[in-house]
Amino acid sequence: MTNPIDTERGLISREIFVSPEYHRAELEKLYTRAWLFVGHESQIPNPGDFFVSRMAEESVILCRDARGEIRIFLNSCRHRGMKVCRYEQGNTSLFVCPYHSWSYTTDGKLQGVPLYRSLYEGTLNRDEWSLVPVGRLANYKGSIWATWDETAPDFLAYLGDAVDHLDQVLDCRDGRPGGAEVIGVHKWVFPSNWKLAAENFLGDSYHNPSHRSVDMIGMSGSAQPGQRRDNEYTNAQRVWIGFPAGHGLTAGIAHPDLEYTPTYAQYPEVDEYFRYCFYERKRRLGEKARNLALVGNIFPNTSYHGRQPRSLCVWHPSGPDKVEGWRFFLVDADAPAAVKDVLRHYYMRYSGPAGMTEQDDMENWLYASKASSGTIARRYPFNYQMAMGKPNAANLGPGLVATQMTDQTPRNFYRTYARYLNGDGWDSLLGRDLQPIRRAAE
Amino acid sequence: MSTIERLLLKQEIEDFLYLEADLLDGRKFRDWLDLLAEDLVYFMPIRRNVKFGQHDEKENTRQGEGISWFDEDKWTLTKRVEQVLTGVHYAEEPLSRVTHMVSNIRLLDVTPTEVTVGCRFLVYQNRVEYENYTFIGRRTDVLRRNGESWLIAKRELILEQNVLLAKNLSIFF
Repeated sequence: MTNPIDTERGLISREIFVSPEYHRAELEKLYTRAWLFVGHESQIPNPGDFFVSRMAEESVILCRDARGEIRIFLNSCRHRGMKVCRYEQGNTSLFVCPYHSWSYTTDGKLQGVPLYRSLYEGTLNRDEWSLVPVGRLANYKGSIWATWDETAPDFLAYLGDAVDHLDQVLDCRDGRPGGAEVIGVHKWVFPSNWKLAAENFLGDSYHNPSHRSVDMIGMSGSAQPGQRRDNEYTNAQRVWIGFPAGHGLTAGIAHPDLEYTPTYAQYPEVDEYFRYCFYERKRRLGEKARNLALVGNIFPNTSYHGRQPRSLCVWHPSGPDKVEGWRFFLVDADAPAAVKDVLRHYYMRYSGPAGMTEQDDMENWLYASKASSGTIARRYPFNYQMAMGKPNAANLGPGLVATQMTDQTPRNFYRTYARYLNGDGWDSLLGRDLQPIRRAAE
Repeated sequence: MSTIERLLLKQEIEDFLYLEADLLDGRKFRDWLDLLAEDLVYFMPIRRNVKFGQHDEKENTRQGEGISWFDEDKWTLTKRVEQVLTGVHYAEEPLSRVTHMVSNIRLLDVTPTEVTVGCRFLVYQNRVEYENYTFIGRRTDVLRRNGESWLIAKRELILEQNVLLAKNLSIFF
């Protein structure tokens, strides 16, 4: 195979899913540059609050410094590399390295160096040995993102028109901007390549049959047989969209006259809440309220569930054949307690390693990775030719918009992926040659 | 309660817990559901790395709030059993091989209707060919007298892991 990432013909080599060389290249050329999800401001409401997160294989500290400013830095002492924090979250005024007791303030500055006067005076300039900060950081509606590349474009320029979809994860159900709260984080490891997990959320509705068991038993909020989620998309136009910067998703565009579809019918109070939110959102957002998020993936590895169950999940590569999933579950911070309670139960039974739906995904990702590692297997590319050549809708919003299931969205993802591995400039990484993108004011 | 009565009760409880393990490991999932009280609370918290002195307050997620590995009721566990029994729940198709070991059994509290039992669990799961998972931890059960037998009214599973070192929690604990 001459071109391992042949998006024109829809053929992608299995090498990119199994080889240590590709894994190394991803870490060096992709994960050092792309914007990555790190956490949510609701996890660090007060000065001194911190949450230890990850950016691919690096441990990082998300911290609100003593002055209230949000910071992210590498969780590694500048002296001999020890993690300066091994607690998951908390509040502190100093990060003290357990190894030789160098200490850092919450803005990352090196403060304490034991025996400084007698051992380092005149040599060590403390100002030059702060914890390594990220290149850029963005707080978008409470979600915190970072990149190691100081020259990266603004986060909103990076997000492009995918913003309208991410908004639905971050905004209140009634359309008020922001206002979400993280109610818990799942962290688990599984043997697979991270891209299989990311692809799953790029709008791979084709894998639905693998969830047949959970549809059969009916574990949705209304406990209807045949459903793992209450179907809010019945009268909506389903779309599968790829954006120039590699993001991809599937969503619904509701009929203009769409009325509320009962959800969580087992729980009248929750149904009532969502009914209220539906009409309030329609009133606030007008035409935009027709946009109903389902699932998507913000390039490269931040996936979301926009409505049921609502979460952001980061697929951290931990080697070519290992992933650490971190799933952040979200609710409206000011939702009634009874609503939050039903939602958290639904989230737990749907998503993550104990989730009745996601368990079957993990099984697929594991054995797809395993069965692709052999010498013979690697000679045969994966097939991404679904709906190739089908026309896109021109009137259903920005991006490459398909109205049937399609591999166009993952082909679009891998085109961007190849550009990172090729070391392209930001104009190319944002796909500025592909489609006009909206000017974002950040 | 006399010493003899207490020993007999402990023996009876041990037998019950071993019977339960046999049902699970023998894949008699519907029979296992019959051992669960209608108002069952089945809870496995997520464990967190916290500073010394904060363990009681912050180490484990709490039942009834936020996100845990499991915080559910009999309805949900029944759904899980139904899912396995569809034969197309691929995370458990083909079925895993599982052994539940229960040890360190102690009666922590005895009332005329309920007994609180502490134990350790070691659950071994082998899947397809090469997948192996070992789940070890502490368990507290509340067992309710049900005629000649018992019903599990509450089960709290303290798994000794932080990041879950398994791809799935697709088996019953």
